[in-house]
Amino acid sequence: MRRIRFGEIIKQLVLVIGAIIILAPFYQMITTSLKAPSEIADGTLSPIPREWHAVQNYTEAFTATPLARYMLNGVIVTASIFILQVLIALPCAYALSKLRWWGREVVFGLVLFCLLIPPHAVAIPVYLMFHSIGILDSYAALIVPWTISVFGIFLMRQFFMTVPDDLVDAARMDGISELGIVWRVMLPTALPALTAFGIFSVIAHWNDYFWPLIVLSSREFYTPPLGISVFRNEEFGFEFGPLMAAATVIIAPLVIAFIVAQRRFIEGITLTGMK
Amino acid sequence: MSTHEAVQAGETPSFAAASVRARMRYQLIATMLSAPAIALMFLLLIGPVVAVLLLSFTDWSLGDSDFNWVDMATYQEMVEDDIFWKAIANTLIYVGIVIPGSIILGLGAALLIESVTVGRSFWRAVYFLPVMSTLIAMAVVWEFMLNAKFGMVSQVLGFFGVEAKSWLQEPDTALPALCLIAIWQALGFNMVLFMAGLTSIPRELHNAAEVDGVRSAWDRFWLVTWPLLTPVTMFVAIITAIRSFQVFDTVHVLTKGGPDNATMVLVYQIYQEGFEFFRSSYASALTVVFLGFIFLLTLFKVFVVERKVHYQ
Repeated sequence: MRRIRFGEIIKQLVLVIGAIIILAPFYQMITTSLKAPSEIADGTLSPIPREWHAVQNYTEAFTATPLARYMLNGVIVTASIFILQVLIALPCAYALSKLRWWGREVVFGLVLFCLLIPPHAVAIPVYLMFHSIGILDSYAALIVPWTISVFGIFLMRQFFMTVPDDLVDAARMDGISELGIVWRVMLPTALPALTAFGIFSVIAHWNDYFWPLIVLSSREFYTPPLGISVFRNEEFGFEFGPLMAAATVIIAPLVIAFIVAQRRFIEGITLTGMK
Repeated sequence: MSTHEAVQAGETPSFAAASVRARMRYQLIATMLSAPAIALMFLLLIGPVVAVLLLSFTDWSLGDSDFNWVDMATYQEMVEDDIFWKAIANTLIYVGIVIPGSIILGLGAALLIESVTVGRSFWRAVYFLPVMSTLIAMAVVWEFMLNAKFGMVSQVLGFFGVEAKSWLQEPDTALPALCLIAIWQALGFNMVLFMAGLTSIPRELHNAAEVDGVRSAWDRFWLVTWPLLTPVTMFVAIITAIRSFQVFDTVHVLTKGGPDNATMVLVYQIYQEGFEFFRSSYASALTVVFLGFIFLLTLFKVFVVERKVHYQ
Protein backbone atom coordinates (compact mmCIF):
# COMPACT_ATOMS: atom_id res chain seq x y z
CA MET A 1 0.00 0.00 0.00
CA ARG A 2 2.80 2.40 0.92
CA ARG A 3 4.65 1.52 -2.29
CA ILE A 4 1.66 2.44 -4.45
CA ARG A 5 1.30 5.73 -2.60
CA PHE A 6 4.97 6.46 -3.18
CA GLY A 7 4.64 5.69 -6.88
CA GLU A 8 1.71 8.04 -7.16
CA ILE A 9 3.68 10.88 -5.56
CA ILE A 10 6.60 10.38 -7.95
CA LYS A 11 4.25 10.36 -10.96
CA GLN A 12 2.49 13.50 -9.79
CA LEU A 13 5.86 15.18 -9.32
CA VAL A 14 6.94 14.31 -12.85
CA LEU A 15 3.62 15.64 -14.17
CA VAL A 16 4.13 18.88 -12.24
CA ILE A 17 7.60 19.38 -13.75
CA GLY A 18 6.28 18.66 -17.24
CA ALA A 19 3.39 21.05 -16.71
CA ILE A 20 5.76 23.83 -15.61
CA ILE A 21 7.59 23.53 -18.94
CA ILE A 22 4.35 23.32 -20.93
CA LEU A 23 2.87 26.34 -19.18
CA ALA A 24 6.05 28.44 -19.09
CA PRO A 25 5.27 30.35 -22.33
CA PHE A 26 1.77 31.15 -21.08
CA TYR A 27 3.24 32.33 -17.78
CA GLN A 28 5.77 34.52 -19.52
CA MET A 29 3.13 35.89 -21.88
CA ILE A 30 0.59 36.82 -19.20
CA THR A 31 3.02 38.17 -16.60
CA THR A 32 4.85 40.26 -19.21
CA SER A 33 1.55 41.71 -20.40
CA LEU A 34 1.07 43.15 -16.90
CA LYS A 35 4.49 44.76 -16.46
CA ALA A 36 6.11 48.09 -17.29
CA PRO A 37 8.90 48.24 -19.90
CA SER A 38 11.58 48.91 -17.30
CA GLU A 39 10.63 45.82 -15.34
CA ILE A 40 10.50 43.66 -18.48
CA ALA A 41 14.01 44.82 -19.36
CA ASP A 42 15.22 43.63 -15.96
CA GLY A 43 14.06 40.18 -16.93
CA THR A 44 12.41 39.33 -13.63
CA LEU A 45 10.27 36.21 -13.56
CA SER A 46 8.09 37.29 -10.65
CA PRO A 47 4.37 36.73 -11.18
CA ILE A 48 3.31 40.02 -9.57
CA PRO A 49 4.48 43.18 -11.31
CA ARG A 50 6.25 45.79 -9.15
CA GLU A 51 4.12 48.38 -10.83
CA TRP A 52 0.89 47.37 -12.55
CA HIS A 53 1.02 48.27 -16.21
CA ALA A 54 -1.80 46.06 -17.46
CA VAL A 55 -4.18 48.83 -18.44
CA GLN A 56 -1.52 50.66 -20.44
CA ASN A 57 -0.36 47.49 -22.22
CA TYR A 58 -3.81 46.24 -23.17
CA THR A 59 -4.97 49.72 -24.16
CA GLU A 60 -1.92 50.09 -26.36
CA ALA A 61 -2.56 46.66 -27.92
CA PHE A 62 -6.06 47.74 -28.93
CA THR A 63 -5.24 51.31 -29.99
CA ALA A 64 -1.85 51.09 -31.70
CA THR A 65 -3.31 48.53 -34.11
CA PRO A 66 -6.90 47.66 -35.00
CA LEU A 67 -6.79 44.51 -32.87
CA ALA A 68 -10.57 44.49 -32.38
CA ARG A 69 -10.99 44.64 -36.15
CA TYR A 70 -8.63 41.69 -36.60
CA MET A 71 -10.61 39.69 -34.06
CA LEU A 72 -13.88 40.56 -35.78
CA ASN A 73 -12.37 39.50 -39.13
CA GLY A 74 -11.33 36.23 -37.54
CA VAL A 75 -14.90 35.61 -36.38
CA ILE A 76 -16.43 36.56 -39.75
CA VAL A 77 -14.02 34.36 -41.70
CA THR A 78 -14.11 31.27 -39.48
CA ALA A 79 -17.90 31.41 -39.12
CA SER A 80 -18.48 31.87 -42.87
CA ILE A 81 -16.10 29.04 -43.70
CA PHE A 82 -17.78 26.63 -41.31
CA ILE A 83 -21.33 27.48 -42.46
CA LEU A 84 -20.41 27.08 -46.13
CA GLN A 85 -18.52 23.86 -45.46
CA VAL A 86 -21.61 22.40 -43.81
CA LEU A 87 -23.97 23.61 -46.56
CA ILE A 88 -21.80 21.97 -49.22
CA ALA A 89 -20.53 18.87 -47.44
CA LEU A 90 -23.68 17.56 -45.79
CA PRO A 91 -25.85 17.02 -48.91
CA CYS A 92 -22.90 15.32 -50.59
CA ALA A 93 -22.23 13.13 -47.55
CA TYR A 94 -25.92 12.17 -47.53
CA ALA A 95 -25.86 11.24 -51.23
CA LEU A 96 -22.72 9.19 -50.66
CA SER A 97 -24.12 7.28 -47.73
CA LYS A 98 -27.88 6.93 -48.13
CA LEU A 99 -28.66 7.05 -51.86
CA ARG A 100 -27.83 4.47 -54.52
CA TRP A 101 -26.73 6.09 -57.73
CA TRP A 102 -24.39 5.74 -60.63
CA GLY A 103 -21.07 7.44 -59.92
CA ARG A 104 -21.22 7.15 -56.15
CA GLU A 105 -18.04 5.08 -55.95
CA VAL A 106 -16.22 7.45 -58.29
CA VAL A 107 -17.19 10.52 -56.28
CA PHE A 108 -16.18 8.84 -53.05
CA GLY A 109 -12.86 7.92 -54.68
CA LEU A 110 -12.37 11.59 -55.57
CA VAL A 111 -13.05 12.55 -51.97
CA LEU A 112 -10.42 10.07 -50.75
CA PHE A 113 -7.95 11.36 -53.31
CA CYS A 114 -8.57 14.98 -52.29
CA LEU A 115 -7.92 14.05 -48.66
CA LEU A 116 -4.29 13.57 -49.71
CA ILE A 117 -3.87 17.13 -50.95
CA PRO A 118 -2.28 19.47 -48.41
CA PRO A 119 -3.43 23.12 -48.56
CA HIS A 120 0.03 24.45 -49.46
CA ALA A 121 0.07 22.34 -52.62
CA VAL A 122 -2.81 24.14 -54.30
CA ALA A 123 -1.81 27.64 -53.17
CA ILE A 124 -0.10 28.73 -56.39
CA PRO A 125 -2.88 27.91 -58.89
CA VAL A 126 -5.63 29.13 -56.56
CA TYR A 127 -3.69 32.34 -56.03
CA LEU A 128 -3.27 32.78 -59.81
CA MET A 129 -6.96 32.07 -60.34
CA PHE A 130 -7.98 34.66 -57.72
CA HIS A 131 -5.49 37.10 -59.21
CA SER A 132 -6.99 36.74 -62.68
CA ILE A 133 -10.57 37.20 -61.52
CA GLY A 134 -9.50 40.03 -59.24
CA ILE A 135 -10.66 38.82 -55.83
CA LEU A 136 -7.31 38.78 -54.04
CA ASP A 137 -7.29 40.89 -50.89
CA SER A 138 -10.92 40.40 -49.86
CA TYR A 139 -13.05 38.32 -47.53
CA ALA A 140 -13.89 36.12 -50.50
CA ALA A 141 -10.20 35.31 -51.00
CA LEU A 142 -10.00 34.19 -47.37
CA ILE A 143 -13.19 32.13 -47.42
CA VAL A 144 -13.70 30.59 -50.88
CA PRO A 145 -10.73 28.16 -50.95
CA TRP A 146 -11.97 26.45 -47.78
CA THR A 147 -15.65 26.12 -48.71
CA ILE A 148 -14.98 22.57 -49.86
CA SER A 149 -13.94 20.34 -46.99
CA VAL A 150 -13.37 16.82 -48.26
CA PHE A 151 -12.54 15.89 -44.72
CA GLY A 152 -15.97 17.12 -43.66
CA ILE A 153 -17.62 15.04 -46.40
CA PHE A 154 -15.62 11.99 -45.36
CA LEU A 155 -16.35 12.39 -41.66
CA MET A 156 -20.08 13.04 -42.11
CA ARG A 157 -20.42 10.17 -44.59
CA GLN A 158 -18.87 7.78 -42.07
CA PHE A 159 -21.31 9.03 -39.48
CA PHE A 160 -24.37 8.91 -41.76
CA MET A 161 -23.58 5.27 -42.59
CA THR A 162 -24.43 4.41 -38.98
CA VAL A 163 -27.83 6.13 -39.15
CA PRO A 164 -30.57 3.47 -39.72
CA ASP A 165 -32.17 3.48 -43.19
CA ASP A 166 -35.58 3.17 -41.51
CA LEU A 167 -35.25 6.71 -40.26
CA VAL A 168 -34.76 7.95 -43.83
CA ASP A 169 -37.61 5.80 -45.18
CA ALA A 170 -39.96 7.01 -42.46
CA ALA A 171 -39.13 10.61 -43.37
CA ARG A 172 -39.86 9.85 -47.05
CA MET A 173 -43.22 8.35 -46.04
CA ASP A 174 -43.96 11.61 -44.27
CA GLY A 175 -43.39 13.37 -47.57
CA ILE A 176 -40.18 15.16 -46.63
CA SER A 177 -38.02 16.02 -49.64
CA GLU A 178 -34.50 14.61 -49.92
CA LEU A 179 -32.93 17.96 -49.14
CA GLY A 180 -35.35 18.27 -46.22
CA ILE A 181 -34.13 14.88 -44.97
CA VAL A 182 -30.54 16.17 -44.98
CA TRP A 183 -31.36 19.15 -42.77
CA ARG A 184 -34.28 17.91 -40.69
CA VAL A 185 -33.41 14.24 -40.15
CA MET A 186 -29.70 13.67 -40.74
CA LEU A 187 -28.36 16.92 -39.30
CA PRO A 188 -29.96 16.52 -35.85
CA THR A 189 -28.74 12.93 -35.52
CA ALA A 190 -25.26 13.95 -36.63
CA LEU A 191 -24.82 16.79 -34.15
CA PRO A 192 -21.96 15.13 -32.19
CA ALA A 193 -19.96 14.51 -35.36
CA LEU A 194 -20.82 17.97 -36.64
CA THR A 195 -19.63 19.54 -33.38
CA ALA A 196 -16.34 17.69 -33.66
CA PHE A 197 -15.93 18.85 -37.23
CA GLY A 198 -16.87 22.41 -36.25
CA ILE A 199 -14.23 22.49 -33.53
CA PHE A 200 -11.66 21.18 -35.98
CA SER A 201 -12.65 23.70 -38.64
CA VAL A 202 -12.73 26.72 -36.35
CA ILE A 203 -9.35 25.93 -34.78
CA ALA A 204 -7.76 25.35 -38.18
CA HIS A 205 -9.00 28.59 -39.70
CA TRP A 206 -8.73 30.85 -36.68
CA ASN A 207 -5.07 29.84 -36.49
CA ASP A 208 -4.33 29.74 -40.22
CA TYR A 209 -1.44 31.96 -41.24
CA PHE A 210 -0.16 30.77 -44.64
CA TRP A 211 -3.17 31.58 -46.78
CA PRO A 212 -4.14 35.01 -45.32
CA LEU A 213 -0.46 35.97 -45.58
CA ILE A 214 -0.45 35.19 -49.29
CA VAL A 215 -3.72 36.74 -50.44
CA LEU A 216 -4.01 39.83 -48.23
CA SER A 217 -2.37 43.19 -48.57
CA SER A 218 -4.90 45.49 -46.86
CA ARG A 219 -4.97 45.71 -43.10
CA GLU A 220 -8.76 45.86 -43.05
CA PHE A 221 -9.05 42.14 -43.86
CA TYR A 222 -6.28 40.90 -41.53
CA THR A 223 -7.07 37.94 -39.31
CA PRO A 224 -5.56 37.65 -35.80
CA PRO A 225 -2.45 35.59 -36.67
CA LEU A 226 -1.52 38.00 -39.44
CA GLY A 227 -2.27 40.92 -37.16
CA ILE A 228 0.11 39.77 -34.47
CA SER A 229 2.96 39.03 -36.85
CA VAL A 230 2.67 42.54 -38.27
CA PHE A 231 2.56 44.00 -34.75
CA ARG A 232 5.77 42.33 -33.96
CA ASN A 233 7.46 43.60 -37.10
CA GLU A 234 6.30 47.17 -37.10
CA GLU A 235 4.32 48.80 -34.34
CA PHE A 236 5.97 47.42 -31.28
CA GLY A 237 9.41 46.18 -32.17
CA PHE A 238 10.78 45.60 -28.71
CA GLU A 239 7.80 46.79 -26.75
CA PHE A 240 7.08 43.41 -25.28
CA GLY A 241 4.33 44.50 -22.88
CA PRO A 242 1.72 45.43 -25.51
CA LEU A 243 2.91 42.61 -27.80
CA MET A 244 2.31 40.00 -25.10
CA ALA A 245 -1.04 41.66 -24.29
CA ALA A 246 -2.05 41.26 -27.94
CA ALA A 247 -0.92 37.60 -27.96
CA THR A 248 -3.00 36.98 -24.83
CA VAL A 249 -6.08 38.54 -26.44
CA ILE A 250 -5.67 36.48 -29.62
CA ILE A 251 -5.34 33.08 -27.99
CA ALA A 252 -7.97 33.83 -25.33
CA PRO A 253 -11.19 32.90 -27.24
CA LEU A 254 -10.11 29.36 -28.12
CA VAL A 255 -8.39 28.70 -24.80
CA ILE A 256 -11.45 29.85 -22.85
CA ALA A 257 -13.76 27.77 -25.05
CA PHE A 258 -11.44 24.82 -24.49
CA ILE A 259 -11.44 25.21 -20.71
CA VAL A 260 -15.25 25.41 -20.68
CA ALA A 261 -15.83 22.41 -22.96
CA GLN A 262 -12.64 20.45 -22.49
CA ARG A 263 -14.04 17.00 -23.15
CA ARG A 264 -15.76 18.01 -26.39
CA PHE A 265 -12.63 19.69 -27.70
CA ILE A 266 -10.38 16.74 -26.99
CA GLU A 267 -12.90 14.29 -28.48
CA GLY A 268 -13.21 16.50 -31.55
CA ILE A 269 -9.47 16.75 -32.03
CA THR A 270 -8.94 13.03 -31.46
CA LEU A 271 -11.64 12.14 -33.95
CA THR A 272 -10.37 14.54 -36.55
CA GLY A 273 -6.77 13.66 -35.77
CA MET A 274 -7.51 10.25 -37.20
CA LYS A 275 -7.71 11.96 -40.59
CA MET B 1 -29.12 -2.87 -59.96
CA SER B 2 -32.57 -2.74 -58.42
CA THR B 3 -34.32 -3.20 -61.80
CA HIS B 4 -32.53 -6.48 -62.42
CA GLU B 5 -33.35 -7.66 -58.98
CA ALA B 6 -36.97 -6.64 -59.39
CA VAL B 7 -37.32 -8.45 -62.73
CA GLN B 8 -35.55 -11.54 -61.47
CA ALA B 9 -37.75 -11.60 -58.42
CA GLY B 10 -40.71 -11.89 -60.77
CA GLU B 11 -42.17 -8.47 -60.23
CA THR B 12 -44.61 -7.22 -62.82
CA PRO B 13 -43.01 -5.16 -65.61
CA SER B 14 -44.93 -2.06 -64.61
CA PHE B 15 -43.39 -2.24 -61.18
CA ALA B 16 -39.97 -2.61 -62.78
CA ALA B 17 -40.71 0.47 -64.91
CA ALA B 18 -41.68 2.38 -61.79
CA SER B 19 -38.45 1.27 -60.25
CA VAL B 20 -36.52 2.58 -63.26
CA ARG B 21 -38.27 5.89 -62.78
CA ALA B 22 -37.41 5.83 -59.09
CA ARG B 23 -33.80 5.09 -59.93
CA MET B 24 -33.70 7.97 -62.40
CA ARG B 25 -35.18 10.21 -59.78
CA TYR B 26 -32.59 9.25 -57.17
CA GLN B 27 -29.83 9.58 -59.74
CA LEU B 28 -30.95 13.13 -60.37
CA ILE B 29 -31.35 13.96 -56.69
CA ALA B 30 -27.98 12.48 -55.73
CA THR B 31 -26.24 14.32 -58.55
CA MET B 32 -27.81 17.58 -57.54
CA LEU B 33 -26.98 17.09 -53.87
CA SER B 34 -23.34 16.40 -54.59
CA ALA B 35 -22.89 18.75 -57.54
CA PRO B 36 -21.63 21.76 -55.52
CA ALA B 37 -19.10 19.62 -53.70
CA ILE B 38 -17.93 17.91 -56.90
CA ALA B 39 -17.59 21.22 -58.75
CA LEU B 40 -15.58 22.79 -55.93
CA MET B 41 -13.38 19.71 -55.62
CA PHE B 42 -12.40 20.10 -59.26
CA LEU B 43 -12.06 23.87 -59.09
CA LEU B 44 -10.10 24.15 -55.85
CA LEU B 45 -8.29 20.84 -55.37
CA ILE B 46 -7.97 18.49 -58.34
CA GLY B 47 -7.68 21.23 -60.96
CA PRO B 48 -4.98 23.11 -59.06
CA VAL B 49 -2.95 19.91 -58.51
CA VAL B 50 -3.03 19.27 -62.25
CA ALA B 51 -2.16 22.94 -62.86
CA VAL B 52 0.85 22.73 -60.56
CA LEU B 53 2.05 19.69 -62.45
CA LEU B 54 1.65 21.44 -65.82
CA LEU B 55 3.19 24.70 -64.61
CA SER B 56 6.28 22.88 -63.45
CA PHE B 57 7.04 21.98 -67.09
CA THR B 58 6.87 25.62 -68.24
CA ASP B 59 9.00 28.71 -67.73
CA TRP B 60 6.06 30.91 -66.76
CA SER B 61 6.25 33.58 -64.06
CA LEU B 62 3.38 35.64 -62.74
CA GLY B 63 3.00 38.66 -65.04
CA ASP B 64 4.39 36.97 -68.17
CA SER B 65 2.10 37.22 -71.16
CA ASP B 66 3.14 33.88 -72.66
CA PHE B 67 5.13 30.82 -71.75
CA ASN B 68 7.16 27.98 -73.24
CA TRP B 69 7.12 24.30 -72.48
CA VAL B 70 10.57 23.54 -71.19
CA ASP B 71 10.31 19.82 -70.39
CA MET B 72 12.44 19.05 -67.39
CA ALA B 73 14.47 22.28 -67.40
CA THR B 74 12.82 23.58 -64.23
CA TYR B 75 13.58 20.32 -62.45
CA GLN B 76 17.11 20.47 -63.80
CA GLU B 77 17.45 23.91 -62.23
CA MET B 78 16.04 22.54 -59.00
CA VAL B 79 18.52 19.68 -58.81
CA GLU B 80 21.35 22.19 -59.24
CA ASP B 81 19.94 24.57 -56.65
CA ASP B 82 21.86 24.36 -53.37
CA ILE B 83 19.05 26.06 -51.47
CA PHE B 84 16.65 23.31 -52.58
CA TRP B 85 18.90 20.60 -51.16
CA LYS B 86 19.39 22.65 -48.01
CA ALA B 87 15.59 22.93 -47.70
CA ILE B 88 15.11 19.18 -48.17
CA ALA B 89 17.84 18.37 -45.65
CA ASN B 90 16.47 20.84 -43.09
CA THR B 91 12.92 19.59 -43.53
CA LEU B 92 14.05 15.99 -43.01
CA ILE B 93 16.12 16.93 -39.94
CA TYR B 94 13.16 18.86 -38.55
CA VAL B 95 10.76 15.95 -39.14
CA GLY B 96 13.39 13.54 -37.81
CA ILE B 97 13.65 15.44 -34.53
CA VAL B 98 9.98 16.34 -34.05
CA ILE B 99 8.68 12.77 -34.60
CA PRO B 100 10.65 11.02 -31.83
CA GLY B 101 10.52 14.07 -29.55
CA SER B 102 6.77 14.54 -29.65
CA ILE B 103 6.05 10.80 -29.65
CA ILE B 104 8.21 9.87 -26.68
CA LEU B 105 6.99 12.83 -24.63
CA GLY B 106 3.38 12.40 -25.79
CA LEU B 107 3.37 8.70 -24.95
CA GLY B 108 5.10 9.37 -21.64
CA ALA B 109 2.49 11.97 -20.71
CA ALA B 110 -0.35 9.66 -21.76
CA LEU B 111 0.98 6.72 -19.72
CA LEU B 112 1.64 8.87 -16.65
CA ILE B 113 -1.75 10.55 -16.76
CA GLU B 114 -3.58 7.24 -17.27
CA SER B 115 -1.79 5.71 -14.29
CA VAL B 116 -2.37 8.38 -11.65
CA THR B 117 -5.46 8.31 -9.48
CA VAL B 118 -6.11 12.03 -9.00
CA GLY B 119 -6.23 14.92 -11.40
CA ARG B 120 -6.38 13.05 -14.69
CA SER B 121 -8.61 15.43 -16.60
CA PHE B 122 -6.74 18.41 -15.13
CA TRP B 123 -3.37 17.15 -16.36
CA ARG B 124 -4.80 16.23 -19.72
CA ALA B 125 -6.13 19.77 -20.16
CA VAL B 126 -2.80 21.31 -19.14
CA TYR B 127 -0.75 19.24 -21.58
CA PHE B 128 -3.29 19.82 -24.33
CA LEU B 129 -3.34 23.61 -23.94
CA PRO B 130 -0.58 24.36 -26.50
CA VAL B 131 -2.55 22.50 -29.21
CA MET B 132 -5.35 25.01 -28.78
CA SER B 133 -3.20 28.11 -28.88
CA THR B 134 -2.65 30.11 -32.04
CA LEU B 135 0.82 29.05 -33.14
CA ILE B 136 1.75 32.48 -34.49
CA ALA B 137 0.95 34.16 -31.18
CA MET B 138 2.87 31.51 -29.28
CA ALA B 139 5.79 31.77 -31.71
CA VAL B 140 6.04 35.46 -30.81
CA VAL B 141 6.01 34.46 -27.14
CA TRP B 142 8.69 31.84 -27.72
CA GLU B 143 10.83 34.42 -29.48
CA PHE B 144 10.63 36.48 -26.32
CA MET B 145 11.36 33.41 -24.16
CA LEU B 146 14.44 32.69 -26.26
CA ASN B 147 15.63 36.30 -26.16
CA ALA B 148 19.25 36.29 -25.02
CA LYS B 149 18.88 39.25 -22.63
CA PHE B 150 15.61 38.88 -20.76
CA GLY B 151 14.02 35.68 -22.01
CA MET B 152 13.07 32.98 -19.54
CA VAL B 153 14.99 30.20 -21.30
CA SER B 154 18.27 32.06 -21.21
CA GLN B 155 17.76 32.92 -17.56
CA VAL B 156 16.99 29.37 -16.55
CA LEU B 157 19.88 27.99 -18.59
CA GLY B 158 22.11 30.70 -17.14
CA PHE B 159 21.23 29.34 -13.70
CA PHE B 160 22.71 26.02 -14.83
CA GLY B 161 25.78 27.75 -16.22
CA VAL B 162 24.84 27.59 -19.90
CA GLU B 163 25.80 30.78 -21.69
CA ALA B 164 22.88 32.72 -23.14
CA LYS B 165 22.78 33.42 -26.84
CA SER B 166 20.32 34.49 -29.49
CA TRP B 167 19.19 30.96 -30.15
CA LEU B 168 17.08 31.86 -33.18
CA GLN B 169 19.84 33.89 -34.82
CA GLU B 170 22.64 31.35 -34.55
CA PRO B 171 23.04 28.95 -37.50
CA ASP B 172 23.58 25.90 -35.30
CA THR B 173 20.73 26.51 -32.83
CA ALA B 174 17.99 28.09 -34.97
CA LEU B 175 16.62 24.83 -36.39
CA PRO B 176 16.73 22.98 -33.05
CA ALA B 177 14.91 25.95 -31.48
CA LEU B 178 12.12 25.61 -34.07
CA CYS B 179 11.98 21.86 -33.35
CA LEU B 180 11.61 22.63 -29.66
CA ILE B 181 8.59 24.85 -30.35
CA ALA B 182 7.06 22.18 -32.61
CA ILE B 183 7.53 19.44 -30.02
CA TRP B 184 6.05 21.69 -27.34
CA GLN B 185 2.97 22.12 -29.51
CA ALA B 186 2.59 18.59 -30.92
CA LEU B 187 3.13 16.71 -27.66
CA GLY B 188 -0.41 17.22 -26.34
CA PHE B 189 -1.94 16.28 -29.66
CA ASN B 190 -0.03 12.99 -29.76
CA MET B 191 -0.86 12.44 -26.11
CA VAL B 192 -4.62 12.38 -26.74
CA LEU B 193 -4.15 10.05 -29.71
CA PHE B 194 -2.17 7.69 -27.47
CA MET B 195 -4.83 7.95 -24.77
CA ALA B 196 -7.43 6.81 -27.31
CA GLY B 197 -5.13 3.88 -28.14
CA LEU B 198 -4.52 3.03 -24.49
CA THR B 199 -8.20 2.76 -23.63
CA SER B 200 -8.56 0.03 -26.25
CA ILE B 201 -6.13 -2.22 -24.34
CA PRO B 202 -8.14 -4.45 -22.00
CA ARG B 203 -7.25 -4.13 -18.31
CA GLU B 204 -7.45 -7.92 -17.91
CA LEU B 205 -4.24 -8.26 -19.91
CA HIS B 206 -2.38 -6.24 -17.30
CA ASN B 207 -3.94 -8.20 -14.48
CA ALA B 208 -3.12 -11.48 -16.23
CA ALA B 209 0.50 -10.43 -16.62
CA GLU B 210 0.63 -9.49 -12.98
CA VAL B 211 -0.79 -12.86 -11.94
CA ASP B 212 1.80 -14.55 -14.16
CA GLY B 213 4.51 -12.87 -12.14
CA VAL B 214 5.33 -9.79 -14.19
CA ARG B 215 5.63 -7.55 -11.17
CA SER B 216 7.12 -4.26 -12.23
CA ALA B 217 5.10 -1.75 -14.19
CA TRP B 218 8.15 -1.27 -16.43
CA ASP B 219 8.15 -4.96 -17.48
CA ARG B 220 4.38 -4.93 -17.95
CA PHE B 221 4.75 -1.94 -20.26
CA TRP B 222 7.23 -3.71 -22.53
CA LEU B 223 5.41 -7.04 -22.36
CA VAL B 224 1.78 -5.94 -22.73
CA THR B 225 1.27 -2.29 -23.53
CA TRP B 226 4.03 -1.63 -26.04
CA PRO B 227 3.30 -4.51 -28.47
CA LEU B 228 -0.36 -3.47 -28.55
CA LEU B 229 0.56 0.19 -28.94
CA THR B 230 3.02 -0.29 -31.81
CA PRO B 231 0.40 0.14 -34.55
CA VAL B 232 -0.94 3.27 -32.84
CA THR B 233 2.60 4.58 -32.55
CA MET B 234 3.22 4.03 -36.26
CA PHE B 235 0.02 5.86 -36.99
CA VAL B 236 0.91 8.79 -34.74
CA ALA B 237 4.39 8.91 -36.28
CA ILE B 238 2.98 9.23 -39.79
CA ILE B 239 0.51 11.91 -38.77
CA THR B 240 3.30 13.84 -37.04
CA ALA B 241 5.47 13.44 -40.14
CA ILE B 242 2.76 14.79 -42.44
CA ARG B 243 2.10 17.73 -40.14
CA SER B 244 5.74 18.62 -39.57
CA PHE B 245 6.54 18.33 -43.25
CA GLN B 246 4.29 21.36 -43.68
CA VAL B 247 6.21 23.54 -41.22
CA PHE B 248 5.95 27.16 -42.26
CA ASP B 249 4.44 29.50 -39.63
CA THR B 250 7.29 29.52 -37.14
CA VAL B 251 9.89 29.79 -39.90
CA HIS B 252 8.18 32.78 -41.47
CA VAL B 253 7.66 34.67 -38.23
CA LEU B 254 10.89 33.84 -36.42
CA THR B 255 13.74 33.18 -38.84
CA LYS B 256 12.68 33.79 -42.47
CA GLY B 257 14.67 30.71 -43.38
CA GLY B 258 17.86 32.20 -41.95
CA PRO B 259 20.45 32.64 -40.68
CA ASP B 260 22.26 31.65 -43.85
CA ASN B 261 19.47 29.24 -44.86
CA ALA B 262 19.90 27.30 -41.62
CA THR B 263 16.10 27.07 -41.29
CA MET B 264 15.17 27.04 -44.97
CA VAL B 265 12.47 24.37 -45.28
CA LEU B 266 10.50 23.12 -48.27
CA VAL B 267 7.21 25.00 -47.78
CA TYR B 268 9.11 28.19 -46.95
CA GLN B 269 11.05 27.90 -50.19
CA ILE B 270 7.79 27.35 -52.08
CA TYR B 271 6.42 30.49 -50.44
CA GLN B 272 9.50 32.54 -51.32
CA GLU B 273 9.69 31.43 -54.94
CA GLY B 274 5.94 31.55 -55.50
CA PHE B 275 4.85 34.61 -53.58
CA GLU B 276 7.91 36.78 -53.06
CA PHE B 277 9.87 36.22 -56.30
CA PHE B 278 6.73 35.19 -58.25
CA ARG B 279 8.65 32.48 -60.10
CA SER B 280 5.52 30.39 -60.51
CA SER B 281 7.04 27.55 -62.52
CA TYR B 282 9.92 26.98 -60.12
CA ALA B 283 7.60 27.16 -57.12
CA SER B 284 5.36 24.61 -58.88
CA ALA B 285 8.22 22.19 -59.37
CA LEU B 286 9.04 22.51 -55.66
CA THR B 287 5.37 21.90 -54.89
CA VAL B 288 5.44 18.71 -56.95
CA VAL B 289 8.32 17.44 -54.82
CA PHE B 290 6.45 18.43 -51.67
CA LEU B 291 3.31 16.65 -52.89
CA GLY B 292 5.39 13.58 -53.68
CA PHE B 293 6.57 13.36 -50.09
CA ILE B 294 3.06 13.87 -48.69
CA PHE B 295 1.56 11.26 -51.05
CA LEU B 296 4.21 8.71 -50.10
CA LEU B 297 3.61 9.27 -46.40
CA THR B 298 -0.17 9.07 -46.80
CA LEU B 299 -0.03 5.93 -48.93
CA PHE B 300 2.24 4.37 -46.35
CA LYS B 301 -0.32 5.29 -43.71
CA VAL B 302 -3.26 3.88 -45.68
CA PHE B 303 -1.67 0.65 -46.88
CA VAL B 304 0.71 -0.30 -44.11
CA VAL B 305 -0.27 1.36 -40.88
CA GLU B 306 -4.07 1.44 -40.99
CA ARG B 307 -4.24 -2.18 -42.06
CA LYS B 308 -2.24 -3.16 -39.01
CA VAL B 309 -4.31 -0.97 -36.73
CA HIS B 310 -7.49 -2.67 -37.89
CA TYR B 311 -6.12 -6.18 -37.55
CA GLN B 312 -4.76 -5.78 -34.07
